[in-house]
Amino acid sequence: MKDNQGPLWEVFVQKKAGQPFVHCGNLHAFDKEMALQNARDLYTRRSEGMALWVVLSSNIVSSSPEDAGSFFEPSNDKIFRHPTFYQIPDGVGHM
Amino acid sequence: MSINVEELFESKLAKNDVIEPKDWMPDNYRKHLIRQISQHAHSEIVGMLPEGNWITRAPSLRAKLVLLAKVQDEGGHGLYLYTAAESLGTSRDELLDALHTGKAKYSSIFNYPTLTWADIGAIGWLVDGAAIMNQVMLQRTSYGPYARAMVRICKEESFHQRQGYEVMTKLSFGTPEQKEMAQDALNRWWFPTLMMFGPPDIESPNSDNAIKWRIKRESNDQLRQRFVNQTITQIEYLGLTCPDTNFKWNEAKKGYDFSEPNWVEFKSVINGNGPCNKERLEASNKAHKDGEWVRAAAMAFADKQNETTIAA
Amino acid sequence: MNTELYNYTLKLADNNLILAQRLSEWTGHGPFLEEDLALTNVALDMFGNAKALLEYAAKLEGKGRTEDDLAFFRNERQFVNCLICEQGNGDYAKTILRQSFYDSFEFLLYTQLAKSKDETLAGVAQKSIKEITYHKRHSHSWVNRFGNGTEESKTRLQAAMNELWRFTGEFFETTEGDANLAKEGIAVEFSTLKTDWEKEIFALLQHANLVIPENAYMQTGGRKGIHTEHLGFLLSEMQVLPRMLPHAKW
Repeated sequence: MKDNQGPLWEVFVQKKAGQPFVHCGNLHAFDKEMALQNARDLYTRRSEGMALWVVLSSNIVSSSPEDAGSFFEPSNDKIFRHPTFYQIPDGVGHM
Repeated sequence: MSINVEELFESKLAKNDVIEPKDWMPDNYRKHLIRQISQHAHSEIVGMLPEGNWITRAPSLRAKLVLLAKVQDEGGHGLYLYTAAESLGTSRDELLDALHTGKAKYSSIFNYPTLTWADIGAIGWLVDGAAIMNQVMLQRTSYGPYARAMVRICKEESFHQRQGYEVMTKLSFGTPEQKEMAQDALNRWWFPTLMMFGPPDIESPNSDNAIKWRIKRESNDQLRQRFVNQTITQIEYLGLTCPDTNFKWNEAKKGYDFSEPNWVEFKSVINGNGPCNKERLEASNKAHKDGEWVRAAAMAFADKQNETTIAA
Repeated sequence: MNTELYNYTLKLADNNLILAQRLSEWTGHGPFLEEDLALTNVALDMFGNAKALLEYAAKLEGKGRTEDDLAFFRNERQFVNCLICEQGNGDYAKTILRQSFYDSFEFLLYTQLAKSKDETLAGVAQKSIKEITYHKRHSHSWVNRFGNGTEESKTRLQAAMNELWRFTGEFFETTEGDANLAKEGIAVEFSTLKTDWEKEIFALLQHANLVIPENAYMQTGGRKGIHTEHLGFLLSEMQVLPRMLPHAKW
């Protein structure tokens, strides 16, 4: 059944150029243009950002909390991926 | 090895971790949050009405701008909260329907009328002040979307209280008529504001769940006492008189003794018999009904454009 | 006092002040929450613009008055807004259609005014352009939605058209004073905006399937302080408190 308030959209704001887009909430809107305009009115009234993404909530694919173990834990074992694993000899400078 | 979802949920709470929308949660947790968050949202939306009442009559251009921005913020707060509630498995349509049919509650304070411009000052100062006190701890509540909404809301809320107090200051230090207006507003809003912290503790003890779920940390009476302590100084600065003639400093508890609000009045307002209950619901319903063709048109247009892919 | 500049500034200010006052009647009563906030935003921007312009007008007047004195203590015959601004809001179709006409006009006006030799007017215009661009995007997309939405939205939009079209001629009225200021590079003569406005609006009307009423007789008078009966009531509400306590500060 269609919601009379329009579908739900997720809003992502980029604070400054070069920074990642961060999820800051959601809103209802009927089409892309309205979603963008409403997001601007709702989430950037206090100059919180300079760019916006809006995505239909139904288009978001997310991992499941039950998957957290198999999805994310294995990388905890692979410590060689982290810079702190390696010892840089003194005198080589910052790396 | 299968995860016991119930244990996972409890251990998250025990570790002060955050519960997210896709996590398993017990039914009573979900239901309680839907009710609490949506009632909070309804309060913000209904709260737009008593203040919105004075937008067209704001007495200076600056006051008008500030009031418009404040009411807009409140709408925004309602919006953040509705979407937080929706993440628990309900829709805004259902929530609005509950509001419009009188099934859902909202903060009783908004069933009082704004009779003068001073009321706008009193609401910002007292009502928003009380709300802030109730809300601060919710920034660390267990349900993620609710906590994040509250962080946003609390950031914006202190502008509201300052706006209200600024109005009261201008009036209290203005002409005799202005000062009288300010005193009259304080007389009418003081006790209803105290009611915002809920009934006395003996009638509504904090449930274990409220503490475990990080929904409530202090009791109604504790919050009410703290509010009185901090507000009396503010009243004195304005040169106004608290309508409670019984308040007195109690050195032993390092706080004021004060009169309880009229709990009979509180119950009757909660049950729909306050000065503005009917008017607030009527206004809400009317806006919703009048807007139906607008929403239908937007939906029809979007469908034609194939903008969205929701199943009919 | 530079009377011509004072009058011109008031014309700019009053349009925004009166129309914003009308828009702000929607706050809390909008068709859905997000749109309520969007329209309130437009009102906020317009009040801000009016305040800046009235501050300037008060300075030009040179009597030590403020923007609030001009907003709250002028009477009906001293306001010089266009008649369209003071009309009742009607339904959302009427409000949005009026806004689309107004936003197109303001956009063209301020784009030119941004180049004014008068620093204050140019400054206000430059700041307002960003806001007006947004307003126009908002109102035009809604006209499009209504014109291509449901049977009901189309009917309501055409009804709004039939009501409002007769007020659009007044946007482009000019006076000798305005013409003089334009020659000095200070003002933009409103009549010079008509061609571009019509081009943009006719395209919008076509997209929205709207028919221009035949034999529309353009209403006039606002710019000379001869208003419709609506303005008196609007001002009574807007001005009541300062007039009730004239020695008070707010």
